[in-house]
Amino acid sequence: MHDLNVYLFISGALFLLGLLAVITRKNAVSVLMGIELILNSAGLNFVAFSHFSTGNLSGQAAALFVIIVAAAEAAVALAVFLNIYRLKGTSEVNKVNILQG
Amino acid sequence: MFGLITYVLLAPLAAFAIIIFFGKRLPRGGDWVSLIGIWSGLAISLYLFFTRVLGNYDPSYVMELESFNWVSWGDFSLRIGFLIDNMAIVMMVVVTLISSLVFLYSVGYMHGDPKYSRFFAFLSLFAFSMLGVILADNLLIIFVFWELVGLSSYLLIGFWHEKDSAADAGKKAFITNRIGDAGMLIGILIVFTTLGTLNLHEVAAGVTAGKLTGVLLTVAGLCLFCGAIGKSAQFPLHVWLPDAMEGPTPVSALIHAATMVAAGVYLTARIFVILSFDASLLIAYIGGFTAIFAATIAVAQYDIKRVLAYSTLSQLGYMVMALGVGSYMAGFFHLVTHAMFKACLFLGSGSIIHALHYALHHVHSDADAQDMRNMGGLRKLMPLTFGTFLIATLSLSGVPFFSGFLSKDAILGGTLAFWMMHPTHWLLPIFGFSAAILTAFYMFRLIYMTFTGTFRPGPEAEKEVHESPWTMTFPLVTLATLSIFIFFSLNPFSPADGWFATLFPNPPRAYETVAIHADAVPVEITNEHHSEAVGAEGGTVPAAEEHDKTDPIVHPVEHHNAHHDVHHKAHTRAMIISILMATIGILIATGGYFWKSKKLDPAVWQKRLGVLYQGMFNKWWADEIYHATVINGTILLAKILGWFDLYIIDGIVNGVAWLSRVFAVIDGWFDNNIVDGLVNLTAWFVGIWGRFVRLFQGGQLQRYILYTLIVVGLFIIMKVV
Amino acid sequence: MEFLSELIFWCFVVLTVGSAAVVVFHSRIIYSAFALLFTFVGVGALYLYLSADFLAASQLLIYVGAILTLIIFGVFLTTKVMSIDLPEQSHQRFLALIPITLIGIVILWVILQTPWAVNPAEAAPTTKELGRLLMSRYLVPFELASVLLLAALIGAMRLARYFKMEE
Repeated sequence: MHDLNVYLFISGALFLLGLLAVITRKNAVSVLMGIELILNSAGLNFVAFSHFSTGNLSGQAAALFVIIVAAAEAAVALAVFLNIYRLKGTSEVNKVNILQG
Repeated sequence: MFGLITYVLLAPLAAFAIIIFFGKRLPRGGDWVSLIGIWSGLAISLYLFFTRVLGNYDPSYVMELESFNWVSWGDFSLRIGFLIDNMAIVMMVVVTLISSLVFLYSVGYMHGDPKYSRFFAFLSLFAFSMLGVILADNLLIIFVFWELVGLSSYLLIGFWHEKDSAADAGKKAFITNRIGDAGMLIGILIVFTTLGTLNLHEVAAGVTAGKLTGVLLTVAGLCLFCGAIGKSAQFPLHVWLPDAMEGPTPVSALIHAATMVAAGVYLTARIFVILSFDASLLIAYIGGFTAIFAATIAVAQYDIKRVLAYSTLSQLGYMVMALGVGSYMAGFFHLVTHAMFKACLFLGSGSIIHALHYALHHVHSDADAQDMRNMGGLRKLMPLTFGTFLIATLSLSGVPFFSGFLSKDAILGGTLAFWMMHPTHWLLPIFGFSAAILTAFYMFRLIYMTFTGTFRPGPEAEKEVHESPWTMTFPLVTLATLSIFIFFSLNPFSPADGWFATLFPNPPRAYETVAIHADAVPVEITNEHHSEAVGAEGGTVPAAEEHDKTDPIVHPVEHHNAHHDVHHKAHTRAMIISILMATIGILIATGGYFWKSKKLDPAVWQKRLGVLYQGMFNKWWADEIYHATVINGTILLAKILGWFDLYIIDGIVNGVAWLSRVFAVIDGWFDNNIVDGLVNLTAWFVGIWGRFVRLFQGGQLQRYILYTLIVVGLFIIMKVV
Repeated sequence: MEFLSELIFWCFVVLTVGSAAVVVFHSRIIYSAFALLFTFVGVGALYLYLSADFLAASQLLIYVGAILTLIIFGVFLTTKVMSIDLPEQSHQRFLALIPITLIGIVILWVILQTPWAVNPAEAAPTTKELGRLLMSRYLVPFELASVLLLAALIGAMRLARYFKMEE
């Protein structure tokens, strides 16, 4: 019905938006949301290729693993954020700059 | 075969995993798991050694096992597998043998340590990574295991990390090694980009076929050798090894005397065939200089482990020098014999320290248990330790009838022959022979200070000094036994007829086979190990090259017969000189420390030598020099940049702001809007500029991501456009 | 009918991308979190258009049901949601334009330049086939994923509890 390119553009847009969130958002949870957007764009790409290009279900399996990893990542990331929040009293990434040289 | 090798490699890894996860639940902290792992590995290695090396008795025995695709992208694939040849099997035996004895020794030595079980886990991890380096058939895999070796060494040096000095020593070792490893990585990349493969045999074949030549080959060889400089603690990067003695003594014996530091020599031997003449020459000089440099330091040290550490440096220098002058067999031979007697010496010193520590603790003395000035007269108190220590010392000093004589003699012979071929390089044999005197001297100085005379802490402590338990003496006895000549050659004065020399002929080096007629290669090999005094064989190689340049089709057989005499002469001379040197060294030490002759009184000589003695005592100020140059240099650079930031950048910013203010005041009456616009533009520009210079160390993760993305994007676009 | 289906498709596209934009640009984090819900639903709907029925269901269940809930909890636990005086939520927007443009150009170029292989699949129910794949060809990754989830579970609990015990 639709071209492969349509889906690639959508996923590209999601990816760029996610990247923007990762770079610009101050709140750690927002950064996490950006990462979720990126993962979603990857999943969408997998499924789109699976549908249009390869003709088998490998892409869908990969997308499923992406979802699984995303779930694990969200859980751990939130636990880390919680600790940062308790330690630093803030959840803003740009205030956590112990790495500063 | 594949299964056996895999078992030997993976058993220590399994032991590591079991102990690290369940160590505390297991009886005795799980030390038996690692002992089982390594002893079964030793059994298999010995089996392979007797069937494949001695049973087969084939100098060119090579077997590549089950390489499989690890990664493949497009037409590039990275295959990994085992490369089994005589060298790998002998190294396997050495590593598993020393490891299993050290593991056993640690049971006694580390008894009662709160982190007992973790110690065995780390030891097993080390054994695994070391075996990986030995067995890998591929430079990249060697590099991976190389780093693992570095990691486990870091963990073991800093094992008592509650002590600041131990933690610092661990970091120093790791960082110093990283410097060498960076060079090694560059070498690997050069090899990969030019030859497209990393498999050792394919690399050798590629270089032999002339695909990588000239300066680039020299650079590649030297870069790979950088890794060896780091791991084997050769001259510019030697500083970490003496500090590494902060680790427990079994670790010093296993890692910093017998195996890990030998990895550098092993790597150099593995890449021996691709080294160009210039690269070999530089390697020989680095090795020779390290040998003499470290020996002079060892003469003036009082800490028993430090003397042994500098002695190790010096002996590693010998091995590297041997490889540099082309005595492939001699270098590797010395690696093996040195592993045995140096491990014995370290374990013996551990036994002394252990006993002394206990005794001093008992009389509530806080004297340093490692300082030789607190020892003396231990001969009667610890007879077994003394006996084994003496044998190992004789072997290290190069006294006939011991293994060290055979291998050191081979190296010195090779150096001498090299000098006969290339008279301009007279410095190399001088380095070698003077280091031999010093070696004999400082080793006997150590023996006399430790074992003879009276026990200096006093009779009360003397009662508490006991011989160590059997777990500690058994390894000593085994290693001392293996330091006797009979295990390597039936003829006590020449290794040439022994199995070792026969099985490790000089491989034809690429730079010479590229020049020589291709048919000559096999002839040369067979000829070489049949007719030659092997100790000196290395010297032929550069010579062969020089002669064959003029007449490439000259038949190597004649050519070898012509030089046969030179080598024989070199070997005989080297033997006589080295016995002489050892005798001189031993006599001086005996005069000064045993007979207490007035003329050789150490205190007098210390004054007489003046600055020279200060240099030796202070390790030629290597640490201080590094501190002054490298570390202070970095700090100074940081300060300059900070100053630049503070005055120049801020000055520019302030100046621009000031200028724009003046500008605004002057033009204020003219047109408020335009001026405002300009001021805003300037401020905006200044803001961007100020931000730009502050950007780079913001400590903000998102900033770093941003830079990365910009660079990645630019790279892709540049690649495409 | 065709037109209607087309219209619905584009509605979903707009929903997905638009709410993703809200996620990124809205200055109040709780709005972002709820906008994320619509993005997830939109992606799920696109999965349906790509005849990935099982995946669409998983998307809704896991993303909307689990991950989003977690995120909203994270928002509640780490921000003072009720405070009216919210700080500016973004920074370095201007700088971020540089890599975004660069990478956007790269993506656009790749999509338009590459001759993609075309081998469309039949629209058929995928659940059974996917299950078979997971149990045969992707068995090892599947088991690894389960271990990963378990490790993440334990790790997250341990991390989150750690501080309480110290306090």
